[in-house]
Amino acid sequence: MFRHEQIEINAGLLIALTLVVISVGGLVEIVPLFKIGSTVEEVAEVRPYTPLELRGRDIYQREGCFYCHSQMIRPFRDEWLRYGHYSLAAESQYDHPFLWGSKRTGPDLARVGGKYSNAWHVQHLIDPRSVVPESIMPAYPWLMERELDYADVARRMAALRKAGVPYSLTEEEYRRNVERWGRAIADMLDIRRAEEALLRQAEAGNYDGDRRHLTEMDALVAYLQVLGTMVDFKKYGEAYFVQFR
Amino acid sequence: MSETRADRGRGAAVQTTGHAWDGDLQEFNNPLPRWWVWAFYATVLFAVVYWLFYPAWPVGEGYTKGPLNSITFEADGKTWTTHWNTRARLMRELKESPAAVRQRQYLEKVAAAGYDEILADPDMKGFAWSMAKGLFGDNCAPCHGSDGKGRIGLFPNLADDAWLWGGTVEDIETSIREGRRGFMPAFGEALGEAQLDDVAAFVLSLSGHEVDPAQAARGARIFRGDAGGCHYCHGMDGTGLKSQGAANLTDRIWTVAKVPASPSLEGKLEAVKRVVREGIRREMPAWKGRLDPVQIKLLTVYVHELGGGQ
Ligand code: HEC
Ligand code: HEC
Ligand code: HEC
Repeated sequence: MFRHEQIEINAGLLIALTLVVISVGGLVEIVPLFKIGSTVEEVAEVRPYTPLELRGRDIYQREGCFYCHSQMIRPFRDEWLRYGHYSLAAESQYDHPFLWGSKRTGPDLARVGGKYSNAWHVQHLIDPRSVVPESIMPAYPWLMERELDYADVARRMAALRKAGVPYSLTEEEYRRNVERWGRAIADMLDIRRAEEALLRQAEAGNYDGDRRHLTEMDALVAYLQVLGTMVDFKKYGEAYFVQFR
Repeated sequence: MSETRADRGRGAAVQTTGHAWDGDLQEFNNPLPRWWVWAFYATVLFAVVYWLFYPAWPVGEGYTKGPLNSITFEADGKTWTTHWNTRARLMRELKESPAAVRQRQYLEKVAAAGYDEILADPDMKGFAWSMAKGLFGDNCAPCHGSDGKGRIGLFPNLADDAWLWGGTVEDIETSIREGRRGFMPAFGEALGEAQLDDVAAFVLSLSGHEVDPAQAARGARIFRGDAGGCHYCHGMDGTGLKSQGAANLTDRIWTVAKVPASPSLEGKLEAVKRVVREGIRREMPAWKGRLDPVQIKLLTVYVHELGGGQ
């Protein structure tokens, strides 16, 4: 007859069985995420970040902006009224890791793109209280002083490609991106020409308002300005998104 | 917790788990309190009921959707019924929650009314004010300040009587809907330091500052002639062309030049010179993609009432 004592006095068996029990909980949560395809909405226009935006995202992580800012608008009426359309799973499908965050000391940033001018972001990041006197956000003046290091941007993209982000490394992959998003965007997502694309976008956007220097501010503002702007919600009916739940 | 109260009283043999180590080392078995056990069974029962009403278990490539529950909502002009989920619930709430229903009555009334009707009706005006105050705080205050007073050099004051692009409801609505780009070229290279001194003196004389008359006269020629060409945007009299969003230089209200901050005339001249030397490039974002037409209408009423709307 089975007796509990047999497990209790056998350390190896106890460890093995403990692992089995714990993994049941983990597997029940994780496996369905790979199998249930229907929860990621089909919205064609969501694309990976351009090299400049990607570096901006890295800086966003480095500075810990996500400790105070979420990027996840939940489907509640108050959030809908304040921030706009709730976040879609598709909108963070190329995020590794996710920057959803869990604490809102400051407002949600999932749809901050296009809300303010570049000049406002620059001013606000250098000295938040100069534009919002009651702000408790820390100042990040060094972003404007530090040159952007983009030497390894191609390798960063290559790493993300391994995780399934469709940056192109071959002609075939490039052509597929052209079909999906058009030539202008596909050019931005080509690992072989990453530095060139980064410089082109920074030059055209002049995000930090200073053409002489390519700073970390350029990259961070480029990233903030794209947040939540990829999906054109007017193209879809609201019932469309409901069916993915 | 090795013995129960009853055991202590009687010194009776207590229940043990049954194993003995080293011959006589035993372990007491204290059963869980009964209320705890029942509470546990209750949570199990609750879970089973929950599974019947809400999405729960992954099965194959789908999941159980809560067969005994459904939600009906309106969207895209049609009525839909689906299994319970938060997105459908949001759609229903946007249409049917008591706050939404009450708000919609007013929103529809405001949408149908003209600006003069809204401004004349205390009920509608009150609604516009309180609704727009929230919208202003979320969207406009980070630039224009929560009181709308802006910051000289960065963002214009909306709470005064001076308007760059016009203060009628139509002008204000266009400013909000389409956004505005305030642009003035940099004159640092075209004009030398001496000419900048002259033109700055003239600019200050327009708003009644006591400056050297000879210098101001030289400045006037630059301002009104082709050397500066200031009049193309600011007008011959310096009151500013609305079509260019050019500031009125004859009032004592400053939106870019940090004139009020300097007590001395030299400081004021320097503040004007700096603006003329470096030029201006300011951007007010367009809100038509982010806010709907009724929200823009409410904000127009709010801004109009905040400052001296015309
Ligand atoms: C200590 C918490 C904290 C940290 C860290 C922080 N913020 Fe903030 N942030 C705030 C608060 C509070 C506000 C609201 C007041 C304001 O606008 O300054 C805010 C506002 C903002 C806004 C304006 C949002 C809106 O919709 O009005 C942006 C954009 C922003 N932060 C970006 C950043 C970035 C980028 C970083 C990292 C470099 C960052 N924040 C780090 C607290 C923080
Ligand atoms: C990113 C900063 C920013 C935000 C956010 C912003 N504005 Fe502005 N706004 C400006 C700037 C800069 C100008 C001046 C443009 C110029 O120089 O001509 C301006 C001008 C205006 C004007 C015209 C003022 C005049 O004198 O003619 C109105 C009206 C206005 N804003 C209303 C709003 C409202 C309402 C909102 C919120 C929905 C808003 N603004 C949000 C920056 C902003
Ligand atoms: C192309 C049109 C244009 C020309 C030419 C021009 N300005 Fe301006 N100016 C503007 C605009 C537009 C503004 C307001 C900018 C804003 O609010 O963003 C302005 C603002 C100013 C201000 C700041 C006013 C304030 O309230 O802070 C001064 C001073 C000024 N101009 C002086 C001059 C002088 C002197 C010249 C000629 C040397 C000149 N401008 C030529 C368009 C022009």
